[in-house]
Amino acid sequence: MLRLENVSKNFGGLPALSDVSFDIPQGKLTALIGPNGAGKSTLINCMTGVLQTTSGRIRFRDIQIETLPPHQIARLGIARTFQNLKLFPRLTVLDNVLTGLTCEGGKSLVMAMFRLPYLRHRERSLKLRALEALDRFGLADKANWPAGVLAYGDKKRVELARATVGKPELILLDEPVAGLNAEETAAVGEQLNLLRRAGHTMLLVEHDMELVMTIADRVVVLDSGRCIAMGSPEEVRRNPLVLEAYLGRTEAVA
Amino acid sequence: MNPFQDFLQFTFSGLTGGAIYALIALGFCVVNNTMGIVNFVQVDFVTLGGMLMFSALFAIGLPTVPGLLLAVAGVALIAMLVERVGLRPARSNHHLVLIFLTVGLSIILRGIIKLVWGKNRMALPPLTSDTPVNLLGASVLPQALWILLLTVIAIALLTWFFYRTPLGLAMRAVASNPTAAAVVGIPAGRVRLTSYAIAGSLGGLAGVLVTPITTLNYDVGVLLGLKGFAAAILGGFGSFPGAILGGLGLGLLESLSAGYLSSAYKDVVAFVVLLLVLFIRPKGLLGK
Repeated sequence: MLRLENVSKNFGGLPALSDVSFDIPQGKLTALIGPNGAGKSTLINCMTGVLQTTSGRIRFRDIQIETLPPHQIARLGIARTFQNLKLFPRLTVLDNVLTGLTCEGGKSLVMAMFRLPYLRHRERSLKLRALEALDRFGLADKANWPAGVLAYGDKKRVELARATVGKPELILLDEPVAGLNAEETAAVGEQLNLLRRAGHTMLLVEHDMELVMTIADRVVVLDSGRCIAMGSPEEVRRNPLVLEAYLGRTEAVA
Repeated sequence: MNPFQDFLQFTFSGLTGGAIYALIALGFCVVNNTMGIVNFVQVDFVTLGGMLMFSALFAIGLPTVPGLLLAVAGVALIAMLVERVGLRPARSNHHLVLIFLTVGLSIILRGIIKLVWGKNRMALPPLTSDTPVNLLGASVLPQALWILLLTVIAIALLTWFFYRTPLGLAMRAVASNPTAAAVVGIPAGRVRLTSYAIAGSLGGLAGVLVTPITTLNYDVGVLLGLKGFAAAILGGFGSFPGAILGGLGLGLLESLSAGYLSSAYKDVVAFVVLLLVLFIRPKGLLGK
């Protein structure tokens, strides 16, 4: 569904990504793992137009997206969450999730201004969907709170609700359970599992190996901006290069 | 007149002037919230409102209400042109670049206004008769009541737009976090264009309402616009309730100091209070 071809990204001459190529197959959950600084978030930022690639191609279905601005990429059906949270702190939780439906609600803005009856009806149904999404993540009772005052774990889940409410074709999740406790992690893992079974295509960047190994269909390993391995969770777990990238580094530090 | 009547009289005139400042201040805030810049063209939107009203009434011969609507819509359209033709081609997100562009565009627009409408002072008739009405002992011009009423309606419409429409939600989202807004699919260009249209309507309405009182010429908006800017800062730049509070506060200060001290000191008192507020609360009254 999404294909990366020789994607490279330099920051002022320093390579953050070098020749990264892999596919995200439709209907599967692909996990992207790697040590800190491997370039995982940079890669997601390139896929969503937040950063421009230095070279290489990114194709979503048959459309080349690496030069498109972020809002057009979103309109193609790619949603994401951020590692370091990007909510709308002054908006209510419900409004935050409603923005996830922008691509559906915003097509006839002029008519929306005049609130034609059928639009009013549609607006209500958008609101219902947003509330359902909040309910899935256990946040329905906080719908009218300003998002900025929520606890960290709740903010993470608001972002997940916002990213998933519009039924996007591809969901990119940047460390959705980082900083959550075991109980919250399990709850989020369950939701991701449900989405996966419902046939959503996802890319999951995560350090929590237990979560990755249980729900990923495929794992891609990034180290120092290079793709060093890919395959099923089992294959990757046994790959000596991967072990070296993780364990070798730990030994060096120790 | 007894002291209470005096006070009432000053309060009314303060609220009237304050409502105008509030409208202009809201225009500054809308653009600031979506683009992060001070839009100095706002001052010319005020002039343009008066000028277009003048042409609608005397060149086209429209009645008052269609004239008002046409003038406000016309300024909104010009404001959109300013954004689309004047700012967007810069393709810059650098705030200083954009702010200086607005300064330049403001000078250009004032030049065009001078060419089209000339340099003479003109008079705009009030919306309805100019016989003062008696309100609790204070004598109030009907125009003042229109100013207050239409300002309240404009604020109500603005609130409805921002909190009840999808485009309003999109604009609040951009103001709150531009990156996140882009990533959920909100087109920044359309939001900027809309914010200019709204700023133009507010400035234009202020111009239509105030110029029957101040008389009209090509730079009438400059001083009014700067007062509106000061009102926005007083209330906390970017905050809508702050802009309204700051506008009314500034208007009342001016009128009360003109009434009880001397009209020569009204600007001095108003701006000394503005400075004091900013010394104590640099973010303004309701700033975040």
